[in-house]
Parts: sequence; structure tokens; C-alpha cells
Amino acid sequence: MTEKNTLVARTQEEALALNVPLQEENNYTTLNLGPTHPATHGIFQNILTMDGERIVSSDMTVGYIHRAFEKIAERRPFYQITTLTDRMNYCSSPINNMGWHMTVEKLLEITVPKRAQYIRVIMMELARIADHLICSSIMGVDTGAFSGFLYVMQEREKIYEIYEEMCGARLTTNMGRIGGMERDLSPTAIKKIKDLVYNSLPKVFAEFEELFDRNRIFRDRTIGVGPVSQEMAMSYGFTGPNLRAAGIDYDVRVMEPYSSYEDFEFDIPVGHNGDTYDRYKVRNAEVWESIKIVRQAIENLPEGPYYANENHYYLPPKHSVYRNMEALIYHFKIVMGEIDAPVGEVYHAVEGGNGELGFYLISDGGRTPYRLHFRRPCFIYYQAFGELIKGGTVSDAVPIMSSLNVIAGELDA
Amino acid sequence: MIDNQRLVEEIGGHFGEKVRQFGENSGILTFSIAPGDLTEVVAFLKEHPVLKFNFLTDITGIHFPDNEGAELCSVYMMHSWENRIRVRIKVFLPKENPVVPSLTPLFNAANWMERETFDFFGILFSGHPNLKRILNMEDMDYHPMRKEYALEDPTRRDKIDDLFGR
Amino acid sequence: MTSVKMTDAPPGYEGPGFFATSLDKLIGIARSNSLWPLPFATSCCGIEFMATMGSHYDISRFGAERPSFSPRQSDVLLVMGTIAKKMAPVVKQVYLQMAEPRWVVAVGACASSGGIFDTYSVLQGIDRVIPVDVYVPGCPPRPEQILDGLMQVQELAKGESLRRRESEEYRALLESYNILEKNDR
Repeated sequence: MTEKNTLVARTQEEALALNVPLQEENNYTTLNLGPTHPATHGIFQNILTMDGERIVSSDMTVGYIHRAFEKIAERRPFYQITTLTDRMNYCSSPINNMGWHMTVEKLLEITVPKRAQYIRVIMMELARIADHLICSSIMGVDTGAFSGFLYVMQEREKIYEIYEEMCGARLTTNMGRIGGMERDLSPTAIKKIKDLVYNSLPKVFAEFEELFDRNRIFRDRTIGVGPVSQEMAMSYGFTGPNLRAAGIDYDVRVMEPYSSYEDFEFDIPVGHNGDTYDRYKVRNAEVWESIKIVRQAIENLPEGPYYANENHYYLPPKHSVYRNMEALIYHFKIVMGEIDAPVGEVYHAVEGGNGELGFYLISDGGRTPYRLHFRRPCFIYYQAFGELIKGGTVSDAVPIMSSLNVIAGELDA
Repeated sequence: MIDNQRLVEEIGGHFGEKVRQFGENSGILTFSIAPGDLTEVVAFLKEHPVLKFNFLTDITGIHFPDNEGAELCSVYMMHSWENRIRVRIKVFLPKENPVVPSLTPLFNAANWMERETFDFFGILFSGHPNLKRILNMEDMDYHPMRKEYALEDPTRRDKIDDLFGR
Repeated sequence: MTSVKMTDAPPGYEGPGFFATSLDKLIGIARSNSLWPLPFATSCCGIEFMATMGSHYDISRFGAERPSFSPRQSDVLLVMGTIAKKMAPVVKQVYLQMAEPRWVVAVGACASSGGIFDTYSVLQGIDRVIPVDVYVPGCPPRPEQILDGLMQVQELAKGESLRRRESEEYRALLESYNILEKNDR
């Protein structure tokens, strides 16, 4: 029995009648999750209102790494914007780069030869593999299992080596040029790619899956956590693996094929109820599909040039710059950014690691875009995070966050 | 098979004079409407039994400082997955009163997209549950993507013109 | 014999069963070989840090075995990635919570000077809000460069006098950043 002076009334009438204080409306606590996260997810803040262990609501703040890409893009010639696109989804930069180049090619109405398209497909699929590898292994780290991350980072190092063969950089690749690729796939690169997709990656990834797929702890922490229904996914603008985990097979590579994706045979994995486990499984299945695509591309790589014959936009080869007057002039004009683009308005979407990455480009006939807008999938689907964590605990919120694969560079741009 | 021509017939047929300036930009049908008609048009596209524009791809803004009376433009891109067709809707707004109804009742995704457009351009979305700045700092008092504002920080000390002899 | 190079003994006086050296040097060796980093990763450089943590470039060889996400328990603040103006107070708060001796490494071009983002929203270098010890340029720097940066901090830690954190010069440095004394959180 409680003492009289600790008795609380539940309603106003009771309080007046018994002359005791009214019970406080709620005993909610506030927990601040972020913005300094462990070195995995990126910086965004969630101020959680919690009823004991359960999350009641959350107040999301983003923009801690807002770098004003869209404003910068209005001042840079088209080929310099590639370096900006690198830094959006930095786990899979080649996809962003290629997407941007395809957008400009759409504006300029350039067709890229088949070999260049196949090389682009190989690089984009390797980037997708790299992105999904990080996401899945970080899900493991978040649920307490660090070793999977170490196994998988070795494979990422191999993918980095392939990038280095192609463009010289590991992470922010600036790969490809408007009109094709900057260099052909060297024999070393082809050997490394074949080695990766035939020998090392399938073995390591199968082992990685074995660690987690039927792991009691992982399954208990992820099955049924943060489910997303199909209506919710469509309404919140989900695309990519998060949408496919909910059961809808929307993939930009199949819906609007670009860069010869229609030549390849691959499946689109879908999940059942869009919970964390489904998202994890969909990403893993997509890694296997990407391995399939890279195998097909590298076996059937067509012969031919790796760049389009567009003097106005693609740098001429160095030996003719030194000998030929026109080549020198084109080189000068392209490098100094004096080439004007035609007037036009273009929207091009590619399937990024997280979904439909769209580039909305308006050109007014100058050297730089008039307006460039990036349709960033992370930004759009992260809104749903507040809904997904309601009613769960903080230890559920963390796998949900890592399974959504929110990359801060893409979130804030 | 739904193509742009069919879209023009359906939309033009239903709304008549309210939709203007039909154009095709790189294969995507574009038209512009008045701000007051936005919700009606988007709902029509979403609930139409044949057109089925079930997905709101993007909302963004553009600033045309030279267009008197229609400086700001709010752009909506929608996508119909079943028919594999996209459409772009533009709403031109005057700088003095850039108010347009919010699409949050129809699509939850519009929430943050409209906040971003407000943050960058100052376009006001009436009926939005939480129209605050999202990417920039809360106390910023201007809308940075408008053409009159510079890219660089106005208070930076280094990289000033004096140092470079300009 | 092992081919693993152990760290060199500091100059001192050796005899049967004892070794005499100055406390500074001994503490310096201990500190420099067990620097626990706080990976403050915001963007792309953070992914290169993850590669550095991985088994290929292994940062734990250098004593940074335990990346601690709590500022109170870490020695080195590795700021990796672009710091926007919105984030700058957070960086400062994290720095304030670290206990002495603390070192700061600005990894990447964005943390050193704003990088390619000369915009209204990006802080042009974290040395505008906190004092920095080592700058590691690059966009992103290769893991070898990050390790080199950590090794520079090791050199700093090895040679640092035990009284440095109480000296006038250090106090003046903190004053210039408006970082108040001890009891300020």
C-alpha cells in the first residue's frame, strides 16, 4: 500500500476529491542517438522519445554533411561534375559516375559503343557488389559479429584493385568519360575481374552467408524487425533493395534498360515482408546476381572502340594532340571548358546501390548546367525510419538503420 | 500501350484548359498547371484505373530570375510502374507568394522532398505537417539555391580576392 | 630470431636487472604504442578508415586495436570527412570531452581545409574550431597515408614532455580556440 503522500490520482476529479496530485501524463525519456555514430553509418541524428524501453516517436535531423552539391554543380563544366557525383554514394562511386555520364550523353545525344557499355556494366556491377558487401557486413557488426566484416573487406580490397587498374583511384573513382571510358580494360584488369568473380568472391561470400543466414542470434535480431508493407514502401518512395524486400520487383535496370543491360540475363530477388532479414537476404541475392552479370559481361566483351567518336566532348588521343591542329584545338576547348551544351532538359535514372538514382539536368546552352538535381534514394526512403522504429526498442532501431543502408553522402548531398 | 500521346489525350481531355504547355523533354511528357490544381491533377494521375501513376519520383524546384511573375517553379516527377511511363508536372509560382499545396496527403515521400525544396528555394507548401529547413542550418535566413546568392561562404577569410591579386 | 622489429629502447643507463631512463621517455613509448583512436567518420574518408581497420592494412598493428567511440576513453580524434558548419559544434563537443593527453588528426582534404567544397555550408577545415596536430591530405587518402598520419602522432606522443599539457603555450593555444579550462564539459 502506498503512503498518502505518494498517492497520485489518475483523473482531475479524483485529484480534487482526494486532494492529491495528478499523475504526470507520461514518463517519457529522451534519448539522443547521434549524430556521432560509430564509424559506419554516417551522421544523422535521431532524438528518440522513449517509454521505458519502447520508442514512442523520433525526431530526425539530417543535413550534418550538407555540402551543397547542387549549387556547386551550377558552376562546374560537365566533366568536372563527375568528381562531385563520386562523393554522393561513396561506397559505389562508379554507379554515380556512369549515371551522370549517361545523363549528359542523353542531353548531347551521343551513343556510346558496345564495348564501352559492357565495361560500364562490369564496373557498375562491381560497385554494386562492393556496396552490398559493406551493408551486409556492417549489419553483422551492428548485431555484434565483427569477423564477417573482416572477411568481406578483403574482397572489397580486390574490387579496389580493379578500380585502380581502370581509373587509378580506390574509392572516389571519377571513372569513365562523357562518351565512353578513359581507357580500355587492361589484361591485368580482366584477369583480376575473372579471378574475383570465379574464384575468390563466390567462396568468401558463401562462407559469409553461412555465418549469418541461419545464425540464431542474427535471425532473432532481424526477423520481424522493421517490416515494411508494399503500400508503405510505395508511398514513402522506397526504391532499390528496400523496396524489393517488401515484395515489389521494381528495378531500373529492367524497367528502363540503359547501357546494354537488356543483353544480360539476371533475376530480381524479392522478399516477403520487408523486414530487416529480408533486406539482408535481398542484398545478398543481388550480389550473386551481380556476379552472374559480370561473368556474362566479361565472357562476351565485344571488340571495338571504348569511346564514342565525338570530338567535341571526348578528349582526342594524346599522340594526335601533339601532331594535329584540330585535335589540339578540341583538346584546348574541352579542357578549358569552352564547349557549350545544347539547350535541353533531361532526366536519367540508374539503379544505384540503394535504388533509383536520378539525375535531373536542365541546360540553358552554357558550359555549366543551369540546374542539376540529384534524386537521391537514401534521402527519400530515410523518412520512413521514424515510422519503422516506433514501438521497437533501441536495439531494434540499430539493425533497422543499418539494413536501410543510409549513406550520409547521398542523404545530404 | 500507354504512350505520351495517350497521356496528352487523357490529361488534356479531363482537365482541358487547366493544363498548358505540353512538351516532351527527352521522352518524358511535361506540362504545367496552376498551383491550385496540383492536388487534383496528381490525385487524378494516381487513381486513374488505366494510367496508374503510383509512384512520386521526385519534387524539386528551379529558379528563373528572368521570368517576371513566374520566377520559381516547382517540378514534380511521377512514374507509372505498370505502364512504364514517366510524367513531369511544373507549377510556376511568383516570387512574392510562392505557395503551392503540399502532396503529403497523397504520398508520404513528399514530406522531406518538399522540405528540401522549401529549404533551397523558399517555395511554401501549404498543408505540410512540418515545413522547416532540413539540410541547412535552422537559423539560416536566406534560400541558398536561388541564383542571386553566391556559392561561397560570404564570411570566409582566406581565398579572398586580395590574396590572389584580383 | 624473430623478424618482428620491437621498438627501440630509449637512451638510458642499463645494468644487470635494471634500466634507468627518464619517465618522459618511458611514458612516451607507452602512449605512442597504444593510441586508441576515436573514428569520427563523416563521409568518404570514413570508408578508407574502414579499409585501414580491415585486415589488409590493419591499424591494430600500430596499437590502435580498440577504436573507441567514447571520447572519454580515446587518445586520438581522427576526424575523417567533411565537417559542415552544422556539425562543427558537435566536433567541438567531442573534443572537449576527451581527456588529456589528446591528439587530433585531420584526415582528408575536407577536414584539413574544406577540400573541394568551397561552399556556404562546409567548414573550411576543422582547425577553425579545434587545434589539430597532424593533417593527412588526400581525397580520400590511401590507407597507407592514414597509417603514416597515425605514425606521425606516434612520433609526437613519443617525444612529448609530460608537462606540455600544463604549459603556458598549450593553454594559450586552447584559449585561442575558446576552449576553456578543466571544468568545462
